[in-house]
Amino acid sequence: MRTSVLGFLGAFAFAFAGATGTHAQSPKRGGTLQFAISAETPHYDCHGSDTYATLHFSAPFYSTLLKFNLDKYPEVMGDLAQSWTVAPDLMTYTFKLHPGVKFHDGTPLTSADVKATYDRLRNPPSGVVSTRQATFGDIGTIETPDANTVVFKMKAVNAAMLEHFASPWNCIYSAKDLAADPNAPKIKINGSGPFIFVEHVKGSHVSGKRNESYFKQGLPYLDGFKGVFMLQAAAMLNALQGGQVLAEFRGISPAERDRLVQAMGDKIRIEESSWTLNLLVAFNVEKKPFDDVRVRKALLLAIDRWGGSQGLSKISTLRSVGGVIRPGSPYATPEADLVKLPGFSKDINASRAEARRLLAEAGASNLKFTLHNRNLAMPYTPAGIFLVDQWRQIGVTVDHKQFDTAPYLATMNAGNHEVAIDFSNLFMDEPSLGLAKYVSFKRAPENRSRANDDELDKLYDAQVRERDANKRKEIIRAFETRLFEQAYQQPLLWWHRIVPTHKVVMGWKMSPSHNLGADLGEVWLDQ
Amino acid sequence: MLHYTLNRLLLMIPTLFGVAVLVFFMLRVVPGDVVEVKLRGDGGAVSQEMIDMERKRLGLDKPLLNQFADWMVGLATLDLGKSMWTDRPVSEEIGTRLELSLQVAIMATIIAVLIAIPLGTTAALLRDTWVDYLVRIITIGGLSIPSFWFGMLIMLGLLYFSGWLPPITFTPIYVDPVANLTQLIWPALAVGYRYCAVTARMIRSSLLEVLSEDYIRTARAKGVFERLVVSRHALRNALLPAITVIGLEFTFLIGGLVVTEQVFNLNGIGKLFVQSVSRNDFTLIQGMVMLIAVFYVFTNLVIDLLYALFDPRIRYG
Amino acid sequence: MTMASSTLPATLPAPRRRSAIVDFTWQQPLGAVSFVIIFAMMFAGIFSAWVAPYNPFDIDFASILAPPSPEHWFGTDAYGRDIFSRIIYGSRTALVIGFTSSLVGSTLGAILGVASAYFGGRIDDWIQRVMDVLLAFPIIVLALVVVAAVRSAVFFGIDVNLIIAIAIPILPRVERVVRAAALSVRVMPYVDAARAAGYSNARIIFRHMTPNVVAPYLIMLTAFIAQAILAEASLSFLGLGVTEPTPAWGLMLSGNAADFFDKAPWMILFPGIAISLAVFAFNLFGDSLRDYLDPRFKV
Repeated sequence: MRTSVLGFLGAFAFAFAGATGTHAQSPKRGGTLQFAISAETPHYDCHGSDTYATLHFSAPFYSTLLKFNLDKYPEVMGDLAQSWTVAPDLMTYTFKLHPGVKFHDGTPLTSADVKATYDRLRNPPSGVVSTRQATFGDIGTIETPDANTVVFKMKAVNAAMLEHFASPWNCIYSAKDLAADPNAPKIKINGSGPFIFVEHVKGSHVSGKRNESYFKQGLPYLDGFKGVFMLQAAAMLNALQGGQVLAEFRGISPAERDRLVQAMGDKIRIEESSWTLNLLVAFNVEKKPFDDVRVRKALLLAIDRWGGSQGLSKISTLRSVGGVIRPGSPYATPEADLVKLPGFSKDINASRAEARRLLAEAGASNLKFTLHNRNLAMPYTPAGIFLVDQWRQIGVTVDHKQFDTAPYLATMNAGNHEVAIDFSNLFMDEPSLGLAKYVSFKRAPENRSRANDDELDKLYDAQVRERDANKRKEIIRAFETRLFEQAYQQPLLWWHRIVPTHKVVMGWKMSPSHNLGADLGEVWLDQ
Repeated sequence: MLHYTLNRLLLMIPTLFGVAVLVFFMLRVVPGDVVEVKLRGDGGAVSQEMIDMERKRLGLDKPLLNQFADWMVGLATLDLGKSMWTDRPVSEEIGTRLELSLQVAIMATIIAVLIAIPLGTTAALLRDTWVDYLVRIITIGGLSIPSFWFGMLIMLGLLYFSGWLPPITFTPIYVDPVANLTQLIWPALAVGYRYCAVTARMIRSSLLEVLSEDYIRTARAKGVFERLVVSRHALRNALLPAITVIGLEFTFLIGGLVVTEQVFNLNGIGKLFVQSVSRNDFTLIQGMVMLIAVFYVFTNLVIDLLYALFDPRIRYG
Repeated sequence: MTMASSTLPATLPAPRRRSAIVDFTWQQPLGAVSFVIIFAMMFAGIFSAWVAPYNPFDIDFASILAPPSPEHWFGTDAYGRDIFSRIIYGSRTALVIGFTSSLVGSTLGAILGVASAYFGGRIDDWIQRVMDVLLAFPIIVLALVVVAAVRSAVFFGIDVNLIIAIAIPILPRVERVVRAAALSVRVMPYVDAARAAGYSNARIIFRHMTPNVVAPYLIMLTAFIAQAILAEASLSFLGLGVTEPTPAWGLMLSGNAADFFDKAPWMILFPGIAISLAVFAFNLFGDSLRDYLDPRFKV
């Protein structure tokens, strides 16, 4: 039975309400939060994973040194660290830990555990996977002068180091557990987070209960939580609509949001934000005719981003037009400058005429090729369908092939693709992370265009070490211009995050990344 | 009889070996590997050394024949190995989900048989009347309607016309029968419709065959009472091919479950199978295929023995 | 040699017989109806460009999720593509894949069945073992693995590996039935007599065994076209069959079609009806064909 129909306007109203915050009430203790997780993690080790599935599962059980302050993103705040100081030359970071923190097995947490964790992150022992090892390469030594102090001495300046300490993936493990078995975190959960691990029924759900000796007084409010794995969007929507789960914390598509709002009216709260994810088009320069910059540029010019985003944003998570940096974030190129770059002009007819001219000049007027895409309904499929249609407008015939993740990655790794839809999944807006994909292939194997360009490399290295924010912006702008003029790769559209929560779920904070805010420490139920 | 059974049991070995070879080598042809999906599937920028190390740990860098030999040795000791995705034993991964799928399959079978016997019998006895036509249309409908579409319609119908949804997590029937049955009755229906249709058709056609036999005509000529007695005999003879169909279709149910479990978000082996295929989790896929194959071959043997039990004309040397 | 021609006319008048088609329609009215449906499908598939009012690939963001109307008989989908046109073109995909997979699988199965029955002995044993192995895989399971494994090659927009994936499970099932039918002929004395007379194997197979297996072969062929269409729909639904933007009925049901159920139920109703109708028609036709050809059922 349907409740009152609210429609699209309703969604906006509630997004607004969520943003301004109606947190006038004081949190109530009690209750178990049941929510949906749309993927199941293969193991419990945050260090060795690159998927939100692990975070939505494990983050409630662990603490990190720092974390992002989601009320004032991208500022950072302390989690385990009670206070910290950064030397003016950015070469030393000193953290003072909260006193009296205990792991769930009762043993105290000291600086030795922080040191062991970060040693594992930057120098994993044989047999241990550390997915983000490269980001900690600038750390020189880690010292522990006393049980509550950790000092990181750097080898080189890294402007984003503080944000790296706030990474949600750096779960602090017990040094004792790691000494006994370096791979213990994969199968055993012993953290210092707000919740204690209760059970994990494979394929079904994970549940945790309140950690009564959590070091943050008064938290968590919830008695416990249950994360149910719902891999099919349709099933998850049904469960949300039926009230069997109260939230899904990754993000849903606009159509799904509209359905929920229409069926549930004011029982559902929708929060929206731009997302630190994008889809991009990559041309494999090792395959003819994509070694010709005219062909690449022509194909980019043919895409009507501004027009397309209007339609695509209604049916998919694709929305924002932006360059290499997420639009709306500090280092993003303003629109006035963006429209001057190839592929971003608002005059699509002129662009397409130019595209045809370039193709003719390159002798590739009747171009035919295969578009290599991933077999995920949202939003890879709409992106593929959209691109095929756009390229049809300039007389190019595209065969759209979608593959499951394994063959999709394998083909691109082997360089057997011609044109591919690639993706960029960041947990923060740090340009050094976002631009890493575009540097020379010899340095970055994840560069799907396989192009080598020394100028791009020079610009990238310059912005990593640049401490002045304005100068850094200039360098990034130059990087972007060079990349688009050479047309190796280009973001198609940035995604839009829409998170549904039942109105009884309070205290959860929205952010541009689905990897953040998963620890549920401050969530409470208004029941 | 014993000789026959032993013979069949021995013959199972080359069949199962053939299945093992086929599935092992077909999978290795697939491009892409599970380590890439695990470490780079969500955009992780992990180093090549890390990927190579993981592949080595899983034994993926060894020559194919070595990997095959390792697996065969494991099979001989009933050790299916460890899932390449979660590093847990394959038997554990399958075990936690098998109960659900088996229960759905059994429920579907019960529903199917209970409805198919009266349906098929009536259609055969009232052949070429409107009843027969109606039954034929219903049963062919069951063969034609895709079970996943039927399942989708059931779920959406429940949601929009009653506002009630089945429970989302599985509870075994001995723990909470109400929650268990209210969750599983719907996929059992979705899969059982087709099953019922096949069985009903089989009963109808084999009953028709039997009814056209000479002894039936004689009985009819002799009188009503005779006809009743003979009909019962006829039914028993007609049921024999139906048993074959019921047995064979039970394994085909696994295929139906693969799609249906997606639609109903059930934590069963069908969903596990689709997930493991998309992740290239070789050991898990191999383990599941072998399990299904063993099941199929055993079911065949049981059916054939039941046949011999019921039909005195059939005796295996 | 001449015959006495006093009483017999030079040629006997040919007996009058109703044509097979009329006969079939008279005895099996349901079968005739199904044949009409099949014919309509084939017409739509072959002449899609003329029957379909729109290009099935045309995206029109201005009119997404439009309800059925005179402009769009079956409404539009999430990209503004006309659903009626996509169903028409989808029949081409369904028929090509259904017919080809069934033809390949059934014919190969029939050939193997006849060979197995005729040659007997070791050859028969080996073929049976291979068939056992193939039969031990449920259709979807085998199709999943084959689709993932076989290198994809596309002809006329149709994936060859999909056809192979669906044909392989059909093969052993047809082989079993055809073998049984061929065996019943093999034991007949005239086959031995023919062999003793020195006729070649090929001739015996063609002249004597094949006619006996034609009827079950045709029946299975039709029945498996139905199964193949269903298999293709299921595989496309799982994302392993035909991919976007090719119009295919199973594909139209996957993805986000179910999300739009309350706003646009036509998105999942019409493709599902199309699949059901097509499979229904082929099943009914196969049924009626079997009833017509099987002499035991002639009253």
